[in-house]
Amino acid sequence: MHYNKKQSLVFSKKDATLQWLGSSIGKGFLFLIASFSAVIVFLIFWFIVKDAIPFFAEKGFKEFFTGTNWYPAAEPGEFGALPIFVGTILVTLGAIIIAVPVGICAAVCLSDILPFKIRQIAKPIVEMLAAVPSVAYGFFALVIFAPFLQSLGATTGTNVLNVSIILGIMALPTIVSVAEDALQAVGKDLREGSYALGATRAETLIKVIIPAAASGITAAVVLGIMRAIGETMVVWMASGNAAQIPEPIYNVLQPVRTLTATIAGDMGEADHVIGSMRYHVLFAMAASLLAISFLCNWISEWITTRDP
Amino acid sequence: MNTNKLNVLILSIVFIVISFLCTPCYGEKIVIDGSTTVGPIAKAFAEYYMGKNKGVNVTVSESGSGNGAKSLINGTCQIADMSRFMKEKEFKAAANNGIMPVAHVVALDGLPILVHPSNPIKGLTIEQIRDIYLGKIKNWKDVGGPNLKIVKISRDTNSGTYETFEKLVMNKEKLAKDVEYVGSNGAARQRVQKTKGAISYAGLGFVDKTVKALEINGIYPNQETITSGVYPIARPLFMFTDGYPKLGTELYKFITIYLSEDGQEIVESIGFIPVTSY
Repeated sequence: MHYNKKQSLVFSKKDATLQWLGSSIGKGFLFLIASFSAVIVFLIFWFIVKDAIPFFAEKGFKEFFTGTNWYPAAEPGEFGALPIFVGTILVTLGAIIIAVPVGICAAVCLSDILPFKIRQIAKPIVEMLAAVPSVAYGFFALVIFAPFLQSLGATTGTNVLNVSIILGIMALPTIVSVAEDALQAVGKDLREGSYALGATRAETLIKVIIPAAASGITAAVVLGIMRAIGETMVVWMASGNAAQIPEPIYNVLQPVRTLTATIAGDMGEADHVIGSMRYHVLFAMAASLLAISFLCNWISEWITTRDP
Repeated sequence: MNTNKLNVLILSIVFIVISFLCTPCYGEKIVIDGSTTVGPIAKAFAEYYMGKNKGVNVTVSESGSGNGAKSLINGTCQIADMSRFMKEKEFKAAANNGIMPVAHVVALDGLPILVHPSNPIKGLTIEQIRDIYLGKIKNWKDVGGPNLKIVKISRDTNSGTYETFEKLVMNKEKLAKDVEYVGSNGAARQRVQKTKGAISYAGLGFVDKTVKALEINGIYPNQETITSGVYPIARPLFMFTDGYPKLGTELYKFITIYLSEDGQEIVESIGFIPVTSY
C-alpha cells in the first residue's frame, strides 16, 4: 500500500529472490488445489482396495464371482455374490432399454424438430428430473409404483421392472442433455449440405446428423449407464433386495439385490467388527463397482476423444 | 483505521467469549442412536424429558441396533438403543475402547407375524412360518389359505429385529433366496398393507388396522401373552449406556424414565409392553 521505499529500475537481489519465491509459492498453491480432486480419487481407490484385499486373500475369487449363496450374516458366512452382480446388471440393462430410446428420441426432438423457443423451455424441464432427490424417487417406487404393479398382477411390486423404470427415468436427463449437446454440435453446414443434395428432413436426421453425433450420443449413453449403476437409494427401497438370480433370468417381475444396495444395507452391522470377512466383502463389492465405473468412464472418454 | 481494526478485534473476542459462556445455557446433550424398533420409545422419552427439563437437548437417531452398538463403542452416543443383546464381539470391541456397556431393559416386545388384512388365515405354527421363510411352503393354500403366492418379506440382516426372528423362528437356518429385505419396521408394514400375498414381521408397536397379526401356535401377541412368555416370539428391548450413569445426572434421569409411572404409560401408548406389568 505504501510506496515509501526508494524506487529503482533494477531489482535488488533480495527483490528478485522474493519475487521468485512468491511466484513459485503461488504456482505450487494453485497446483495443489488443482490436483486436489485427482488426489481424492487416488485416495478413495487406495482405501477401498486396501480393505478389499484381505477378503480376496482369504476367500480367493471363485466363491465371490461364481457362488450363488449370499449369507454374509450366517456363521460361517457365505459370500457368493454372483446373484448380486446379476441383479445389478439386470436393473442397469432394464434402465438402458427404457432410457436410451426415449432419451435419444427426446434429444433429436429437442435439437432438430421442435422450434427453438419450445426447446429453450423444454430442455431445462427435462434437466429438472435430475434435481429430484433419489429418495423421493425411491419413495414413489415403493409406495405408489409397487402397489400399482401388483394391481396389474405382479406377485410382488418391488422387482426388476419397477427399479428399471425408475432408474430409466433418473438416467433420462443425463442422456437427453448430453446427446442434445452432441446433436447441436453438428454444424449447420452438414445439415444444409444434406438438404442441398435433395435429402428430406428424415433422411438428413437419420443418415447425416445422428451418425455425425454418434460419439457424443454414445458418451451420453455411457453416462446414463453410470448413473443407473451407481444409484443406491432407489434400488435399496424398491428392488426387493432378494439375493437371487431370477428364474428364468428375464423374469422382470422378481426381486433382485444390487451391489450398491448391499453395501448400503449391510454396512451398519458389518463394520463394528472391523476386520471380519463380512466387513471386507463389502469393500470387495465397492472395488468391483469402482472398476465398472472406471471402465465405463474410460470407454466414454475413448469414444468422445477418438477421431471419427 | 487502526481503531477500527481494534474494535473489530475486541468485538469478535467478546462474541467468542459470550458464545463459550453460553454453551452451558443450552445445557447437557444426550445423544441416542440405534434400533428402529426402540427408536419410537427413545423419541417419546426424549419429548417427555425435554418438556419437563428445559435446556436439555436429547437427539435420537435410528440407524439399527448394530450401528447403535458401534456408536456407543466409538463414543459418539451416550445411549445405544438395541432390540437385541450385545454380541460377544461388540463387548470385546467396547472393552478395548474402555467402554463398559450396561444394559437397561426399557420395554418388552413381541414380534407379530403380519399378513394382509384380506388374508383369511388366522394363525400359523412356528414350523409353518419357518417353512415359509425356508421356501418349502410357497403358496397360502398349503397352510389353509387362498391360492395365492406367498411374498416373503424380512427386515434387513442389519437389524436386531431380524436377529431375533432368525434366532426364535428360524433356528438360525438360512432364509430362502427369494426373501425380500426391507430397511425398517415402517417399510415392512408398508409392504404388507399393500401386498395381498405378503408375510412379514415387525415390532409390536407397528401393528395397526392396516395389517393383520397372526396367532402363533394359537396364541395372539398381546401384553398378557408376551409378559407371561407364552407368545413364542418375544424379546426385551434394551438401552445400553457406558457404565451405570452417575446418580443425579441428566443421563441417569433419562435412562430411569421407564421405571416411572409416566414412562410406563409412554411405553404402553406407543404399543410396547412396560417391563413392570406382570
